[in-house]
Amino acid sequence: MVQSSQAAAKAPKEITVGLAGNPNSGKTSMFNNLTGARQHVGNWPGVTVEKKEGRHIRDDVVVRVVDLPGTYSLGAFSEDEAVARNYILSGEPDLVINIVDASNLERNLYLTTLLMEMGANVVIALNMFDEAEKKQIRIDLEAFAGILGVPVVPTVAVRNKGTSELVAAAVGAAGKGPGRAFTVNYGKEAEPGIARLEAALAGVETIRNLPGRWVAVKLLEGDESIYGRVMQSPRAGEIIKLRDEVAAHIERVTGLDPESLFADRRYGFIGGLIRETVTRKSTVEDRLSVSDRIDRVVTNRLLGIPIFFLSMYAVFQFTFVLGDPLIGYVEAFFGWLGASAGALIANELIASLVADGIIGGVGSVLVFIPPIFLIFFAISLLEDSGYMARAAYVMDRFMHRLGLHGKSFIPLLVGFGCNVPAIMACRTLENRRDRMITILITPLMSCAARLPVYVLFVGVFFAAYQGLVIFSLYLLGIVLAIVMGVLFKRFLFKGEVSPFVMELPPYRVPTLKGVLIHMWERGWAFIKRAGTVIFSVVIIVWVLASLPAGAEFAGRESYLGAIGGFMAPVFAPLGFGTWEAAAALIFGLLAKEVVVGTLGVVYGIGEEGLAAAIQTYWTPLSAYAFMVMSLIYIPCAATIATIKRETNSWRWTGFAVAYSLTLGWVMAFLVYQGGRLLGLG
Amino acid sequence: MDAKEAKTLNKLRPGDGGRVVGVVGSGLLKRRILEMGLVPGTEIRLKGMAPLGDPIEVLVKGYSLTLRRREAEAVTVEVD
Repeated sequence: MVQSSQAAAKAPKEITVGLAGNPNSGKTSMFNNLTGARQHVGNWPGVTVEKKEGRHIRDDVVVRVVDLPGTYSLGAFSEDEAVARNYILSGEPDLVINIVDASNLERNLYLTTLLMEMGANVVIALNMFDEAEKKQIRIDLEAFAGILGVPVVPTVAVRNKGTSELVAAAVGAAGKGPGRAFTVNYGKEAEPGIARLEAALAGVETIRNLPGRWVAVKLLEGDESIYGRVMQSPRAGEIIKLRDEVAAHIERVTGLDPESLFADRRYGFIGGLIRETVTRKSTVEDRLSVSDRIDRVVTNRLLGIPIFFLSMYAVFQFTFVLGDPLIGYVEAFFGWLGASAGALIANELIASLVADGIIGGVGSVLVFIPPIFLIFFAISLLEDSGYMARAAYVMDRFMHRLGLHGKSFIPLLVGFGCNVPAIMACRTLENRRDRMITILITPLMSCAARLPVYVLFVGVFFAAYQGLVIFSLYLLGIVLAIVMGVLFKRFLFKGEVSPFVMELPPYRVPTLKGVLIHMWERGWAFIKRAGTVIFSVVIIVWVLASLPAGAEFAGRESYLGAIGGFMAPVFAPLGFGTWEAAAALIFGLLAKEVVVGTLGVVYGIGEEGLAAAIQTYWTPLSAYAFMVMSLIYIPCAATIATIKRETNSWRWTGFAVAYSLTLGWVMAFLVYQGGRLLGLG
Repeated sequence: MDAKEAKTLNKLRPGDGGRVVGVVGSGLLKRRILEMGLVPGTEIRLKGMAPLGDPIEVLVKGYSLTLRRREAEAVTVEVD
């Protein structure tokens, strides 16, 4: 909301700024400089794209900064680009700050030409100005700003240089509105046609409020979203006919289709601008040499893959070897807190509510904090240093065979530790299809919490082949993930392409501040968004296990026992149709390792006598079927909450739960019934 | 100077350089390739490939671009 400038002189003025730029342009660092700790992380409505917002206060002006997804372009194909584009077109931002990597001007300025074509009020931050200077790239700032007709400010975001000047330029520009509307000239072969199309589009209701020339250009480029909007107009017929005519004319005279011609002319304009205003002393080869030398080792034919696995191993170890003791402390603390609080309360039911329900619930949220913080510390290092792009480059061939992206490897690997940070790590995948498929199959990676279930049953029934049996379960998870990934790609995301065309950015030294902010953001986002869901599930399960009053906790008479009894027949064909098994699986929602504790409670013997009890009620075959079920069925509450947060959709969350439940049941059924047919049961 | 030979980008060998002639195809892939600077007339050089032979790395407009061989097939290059 922009307050009118006629308001009382002392009243704070608010301006809204969109932050646009290429990936690796330093946009995130600039956003951190501008907003500091005053950030709010959420999602753009209806999509899986993250929305970050913050405030910058300067004298009497409040600058609301909205971070747009890092994109190379502003087409309508990808979710990220559509978000950025729709936001700029919405009229909400007073201006757009375009972060341009001054050491990689040509490619970065492509986005600038698109922003200006949209009629956005642009201020350019020529970021990494120091790197450009080091590479002996000299930019005549005055001439540069003069040709583009917008304010240009040199900045070094990682060292917080030029931020203040940038804000001053932004505040100044916001007051003025877009000045001379600058556009790329597409040449005499195209311009008359664009003008005719623009004239024909005047007054078309479905594209009201959009800049006419921009719509004409997008229509000629075959932009699906604009095409769709024009098609809704009653005049669609004549407009599309004219569009096809103009496009055919352009193709006839230039030999290029409009899309290629426009891209070519934009780069032509950028080339001209650079010739006029930039002098380079060094050659391209010199400028890339440091990164090249690193790459000669890191992406080497022989060393590339070992280095990749080594770094993944390091990330995994860092997260879980360092994280496990911390998790232990958190668990121990909440255990102690629960026990102490419980002991102080006389009423047994209330004591249990406080100890097992509320304190246990908070504890089960906070226990995820160490791995989430650590994994995002590691991932930030990989991303900010430039290695993440190499990891994707090295692994893409293999992952692409499985229908995934090179970067999908990292979440899947982290999944063996804990699915929650793994699913959060899917954010590094830019493409929606890759992100969704990876989110959906990550829960099949057998996380550390499932291990206690295997250990219990394997110890009782498969003592001679412990390693082999446990390994078979991990392998089953991986195989199912591959199969499901291929199926999802074929049936759920049919036709969605995910090109691998991307930059391998130069290696850079990450800044501690950037890495810490990233880590804090993720951890806090998890507590805030997933925390409430996990907490609620813990309370609900506690209520079911404790009521009606007088029933033994999680006993046959509790609601949980009743539900277990009701569900038992469903599990009968899997070999474990008892209310105890069903109750344990329901408890497993909290966290998979809880299955073991629950079995101890429901058999009324504690974990010590569990081995003997299990031998009475289970066979090796039904035990294996139960382990398969534990591996696959519904991810734990924390994972479900994370899927909800990351997909921003209850529908997809519901799908993830439903498919894993179905798959788990079917696989356990196949194991048990197949085993019986083979005479194993 | 030798006679120039037109090839698709996926057929280049490491160290080969040339100029982009055009990009075929349609949709997101074509647009992405154009946006990344592989427009007609642009000088490029194949820097190398990933350890498994795919994707490839191309030097274009002063930066390193990577794309899969299947994607590079859409780009025609006049090799020096």
